[in-house]
Parts: sequence; C-alpha cells; structure tokens
Amino acid sequence: MQEIARGAKAAKRPEGSRPKWVKTFLRYRWLYLFMVPGLLYYIIFHYVPMFGLVVAFQDYNLMKGVWGSPWVGFDNFRTVFSSPDFLVLMKNTIILSVYRIVFNMFPDLILALMLNEIRVRWFKKWIQTLTYGPHFLSWIIVYGIVFSFFAPGSGLITNFIRDLGWTPIDVLTSSEWFRTLLLSTDIWKSTGYGAIIYLAALAGINNELYESAAIDGAGRWRQMWHITLPGVRDVFILLIILRLGNILDAGFEQVYIFLNVRVYDVGDILDTWIFRRGIEQLDFSVPAAVGVFKSIIGFVLVILANKLAKRFGGSGIW
Amino acid sequence: MPFLFKKSLSDRVADGIIYLVLALFGIATLFPIYYVFVVSITPYTEVLKNGGFLLIPKSITFDAFQAIFSSGVVPRALQITVLITVCGTALNLLVTTLLAYPLSKKFLPGRNPVLLALIFTMLFSGGLIPTFLTVKAVGLMNTLWALIIPGLVSTFNLLIMKTYFESLPPEIEEAAKVDGCGDARTLMSIVLPLSMPIMATLGLFYGVNHWNAYFGGIMYLNDRDLYPLQVVLRNMIITPSVSQELAVPQTQLSALPPESIKMATVVVAIVPVLIVYPFLQKYFIKGMLLGAVKG
Repeated sequence: MQEIARGAKAAKRPEGSRPKWVKTFLRYRWLYLFMVPGLLYYIIFHYVPMFGLVVAFQDYNLMKGVWGSPWVGFDNFRTVFSSPDFLVLMKNTIILSVYRIVFNMFPDLILALMLNEIRVRWFKKWIQTLTYGPHFLSWIIVYGIVFSFFAPGSGLITNFIRDLGWTPIDVLTSSEWFRTLLLSTDIWKSTGYGAIIYLAALAGINNELYESAAIDGAGRWRQMWHITLPGVRDVFILLIILRLGNILDAGFEQVYIFLNVRVYDVGDILDTWIFRRGIEQLDFSVPAAVGVFKSIIGFVLVILANKLAKRFGGSGIW
Repeated sequence: MPFLFKKSLSDRVADGIIYLVLALFGIATLFPIYYVFVVSITPYTEVLKNGGFLLIPKSITFDAFQAIFSSGVVPRALQITVLITVCGTALNLLVTTLLAYPLSKKFLPGRNPVLLALIFTMLFSGGLIPTFLTVKAVGLMNTLWALIIPGLVSTFNLLIMKTYFESLPPEIEEAAKVDGCGDARTLMSIVLPLSMPIMATLGLFYGVNHWNAYFGGIMYLNDRDLYPLQVVLRNMIITPSVSQELAVPQTQLSALPPESIKMATVVVAIVPVLIVYPFLQKYFIKGMLLGAVKG
C-alpha cells in the first residue's frame, strides 16, 4: 500500500525533480514487479547453473561446495579427452543424432506431403488425430509398450517369432537392434506431431501458384517439385539448424529409459554417461567438464548453422 | 487446394498408394495402445492361449487393476502425480503470464535485453550437473517442489504467450487505462479473459509435461514414498517380480502374472492423457503455429 501511495505522489510531482530512469521505473512499476518471480527463476535455474560450470575446473567436493573446492585448471578436460571411453561416447552420440536427423525429418516431411494430397476431409482428419496422439505419451509408457512386444518369454513379437520356429532375439538387450529400436519407436511417437509444422507451411502456399502451374501443363509431380517442396524448404532448413545445435544431445530421455548394461557399447551417449557418473555416482567434476564441452559445441554449431542457412537464402532463426 | 491437374491413371494409382500407406500408418499407431488395453483386461491364461494376440477378448477381468489399486504404491504415486500436475501447471501459468505480459509491451524500457537474456538460455545451458547442484544448494532435494520449481517457465511457452499478448488489439487496454485501470487490473480483468484459448493450450502443454515427468523424480527424490507415477511405472516394468515394487506379498498376487499388472499400470498412465486428448488436439495446433512465429 505504501508503495502505491508513494507512486501516486510521485506522479503528481512537477517534471524534472527526479532522474528520468526513476520516473520511468515508477511509471511502469507494476509491469516490472510482475516480472520479478519469472526473472528470479531464470537467474537461479538458468544463469546460476551456467556459472556453476566452474566445477568443471575444480576437484569438486560436495562437502566443500563450489567456494571451497580446490581449482585444478584443465585437469578434468585432460582426463576426459585422454579417456578411450570418451571416443566411444562421442561416436555413439553422433551416429545416433545423425540417424535421428535422417529418420525423423524425412518421415515427418513425407507424412505431411502425403496428408497434403488427401482430398477426403474426414480421412485426413482421422489420420492426423491418430498419428500425433503418441507424442503426448511419455517415453516410460512407450517403453512399457515396447516391453509388452519384445519381453523375453512373454512379448507378443517374441512369442510370434518363437511360434514360427525361429530363434527369438532379445531385442531389448541386443546391441545390434538397439539403434533400430530407438529410431523406430521415435518414428512411431513423433512423426505425426512433426508433420504439423510442415502442414502449416503447406497451407500457406498461395493457390494461384498451383493454378498457373496447371495452366502451363504441370502435372502432380512437377507441381510438387516446383511449388510444394520450395514451400516447405525454409521450415526444413530451420528445423535442421535446430537439430544441428542439439547434435550432441541425441535424445537423452529416450536413450536413458531404453538403456541397459548390455547395450552400452552402442547406446551409451554423452548425456547418459554424465547422468550415471554425476547423479548416480555423485562424481561431479569430470561429467561437468563433458557438459561444458557439450554446451560450447552446441552453441557454436547453432550459430554456424544459422549463418549457413542465411547464406543459402533462408531466413535463419534470428 | 483444389485438384488442378487432370487425373491420369498413374495419378489414381498414386492416390491409392497414399491412402493405403496412411491407413497402415494410422493402424500401426493405434495397434500398440489397443494391445496394451486388451492385455490389461483379459485373463492372462486366455492371452497365452491365443499366442498373445487377441483382437477382441472373450472374457474381461479387472483383477489387475484391483491389485494395483489395493497395493498402496500406485494410488500414492497417482496422488502425487495429480498433485504435481495441478499445482505445477497453475504455478507455471501464473509465472509465465506475469513474465510474458510485460515482455509483450514494446514500449517497456529494458524489454529487449531481458528478452535476449531469456532466449539465450535456449541456446546455451549449464547442463545436467550444475542444474542438479543448484537444486541441491537451494534446498529442494527430496521435496516435491523439486518437481515443480526447476521447470517453472518454459521459454518456448513464454514466447508463445508473449506473441499472443502482442496480437491483442492495444485499443482495448488503452480504453481500460483511460477508465483508470492500473496494470494489474488490466491484466486481470481485461487481458486474461481474452486469453483463455492460449491459457488452455499452454496449460495442457505444461500439464502433460508434469504428468509424463520422470527425470525430476529420479534425480531429486530419495524417498520412495514421494515417487511420481512414471518412476513407479518404470521400476515396475524393469523388475521381473512386481510384488516387490508394489510392496505387497506375492501371495496376494498369486493368480496374477506380472505382465497383466505391468500393462494395467501402463493403462493407468495412458488413460488421463487420452481423456484430455480431444482438448489437446483442439488447441495445440494453434499453439504450435503461434510458437513458429519468431519471438
């Protein structure tokens, strides 16, 4: 209440009796006040952790904390880069990310292009409604479903293969099948949702383009090649940029949930390793060093990819 | 877009293939979910008799559901998840709105640097370890707050809401100002009633995220009594003996194979999402498209 009373008084004062910024601040005090909880959140849970990355340069000890732990310079980074495990992790991460870019982006685009060809309204709506449903299910649920299909001894597909007289493979713990399992479940879960953004871009294409193309004698495929595909090009490039920025992420949530010891050789990625070593074994400094490495590479990649996109005539993200 | 080319035979064949592929994809999407439902309500002996595949079960039993709801573990996890989803979403919306509204005012001094600082967090983050240490330092460890506060505002949702506020006609707010409304009154009684569609969209986004949240639980909670549903579900799926996870003696479950109980728990986790799904799909395309507008 006092605050309001003072503000009201301040408003009545003749101009020039206070510095300009104070007046501006008082004028918009409510708007600034609204922002306080949100800004506090961003400071504490986004900016403080950024500075918390200094633990990568320390021999961090939970008891001593950030202020008391000894500094070790780049020792943790040396440990990381000289470890043979790191190469395996990097390889797994990048392979999985590249697979994801290929096997996510193209199904999304293809689904959108196919839906765009459909003229029967109810069919299009039904297929769309069905296919983006799984996006809202958690990876735990998806794993539960996968389990019911592939569990050794009780899974639907495991039993089916056994009944055919073939040797059942334990898909859940097979290094050979692990990536296929990740990618196919990802296609199942996210293709319908991923198609939406392309459908929006397709809806924005001017119909006159198709009309004049038809007059010029272009058939379905030529119309698709010269009008439809250029219409989604910008969106496609934009999504690739975002993906490239996350190339060292490789979909931590899904991988962690699907992972087990027997597929570490192909399935262990940077983030799952950080999680195991840091959160489960409470050894913070070396994983934090990997985290620093990841954040910096990711940041540089987004900036680079954005520049590239602009050079090729797209609009980029910013 | 109307048909703007003559349909030749090959076009018709192409059409046929497209319809077929889409129909198959639709079925492939639906089938696994349907299968889990069927297994959860069919007596397991019948499931086994039919080679694990049943399109329509001949007899129906709710024993598996009875078992998980009488166990204490799943109901408690369900309560916690509902609590987190309701309170978490309310707090998410409150703080997001309070931050997005001022940021939607182009005249507000300091707006651009703040926006830039927020968008920067989408490009660069401290990552897992420092975030974990921060949550620990703030004293949220092993409390349910740890499942809400660290994800209080999603920058993506914030930008969607800001874009929405910017699209409201400024005249309405100006008229309110002339009538003597302060910023708080304007937000509460003019802007909010006009923003119900976006509140519904983002509320559903936040809500589904809370419902599906898993990592907060395993990172920040030690007390098993606080575990949310997804954590309990994952533990049940990966352990061969369900009775231990459910903390009930095996004798009580003797007639029930673990598969039925696992699938019943999956169903418990799916059903609420299915219930809000019609609402989700009404709003979320709109929301997605708003989000695609540059921040």
